[in-house]
Amino acid sequence: MNRLIVKELIEKMNLTLVAGEEGLENQIEGGYVGDLLSFVMAHAREKNVWITIQGHINSVAVASLLGLSAIILSENAGADEEMIKKANEEGIPVLSTSLNSFDVICEFARYNNA
Amino acid sequence: MKLHYEVDGDNFLVAGEASASLKRTLKQLGIDSSIIRKISISMYEAEMNMVIHAYGGVIDVEISTDKVSIILKDQGPGIPDINLAMQEGYSTATHEIRELGFGAGMGLPNMKRYSDHLNVHSEVGVGTTVEITVYLT
Repeated sequence: MNRLIVKELIEKMNLTLVAGEEGLENQIEGGYVGDLLSFVMAHAREKNVWITIQGHINSVAVASLLGLSAIILSENAGADEEMIKKANEEGIPVLSTSLNSFDVICEFARYNNA
Repeated sequence: MKLHYEVDGDNFLVAGEASASLKRTLKQLGIDSSIIRKISISMYEAEMNMVIHAYGGVIDVEISTDKVSIILKDQGPGIPDINLAMQEGYSTATHEIRELGFGAGMGLPNMKRYSDHLNVHSEVGVGTTVEITVYLT
């Protein structure tokens, strides 16, 4: 099966690439939604897309440790400068959208074939 | 193989670096990704606790053929009631820390769940030592 990659998801969902361009070819397998880092740490899986409003450097640390494919910041939640820098270093795409997390999932579910 | 890390207290910008560094090493050693996941989760929680609660500390890691042992030592305020701290949802993190998504009260429970052995020794006013063991086989 052809897996969805981050670049395709950006096009399909009209997301804005904020940082982490190096990871655009990352394959996507499912997703996880949450703003509490310990829950994300414990339950998100490798290659998941993570939908959250936590736009700071620690989100990149979590994504990197778990091998997540991308972070989607919902509701236009801003990414701070340190997050952008770290995401570029680690090659973790940070994507932004005005949709809320529920609507991101609804749309994502249409394209995610994992 | 022995590794040593110094963890900066209250510096959220480098928090998690030790866990990230160990993960890279384990990957290079060809350790199974499901085992790396267990180690990463438990060590990250312990490292973040050091930063959030204990002004940082030191981490010593020993990788042998059958296990990875991680010892995290801090000179923070200590944990008055370890049983209480082990309960899911119990947290003493500040409001500011919680807004960053920490302080869910899942740190110690996650360490217990994702390690094979967890020892926590703590003395109020002296510090806390956390020992995490994950078997490789």
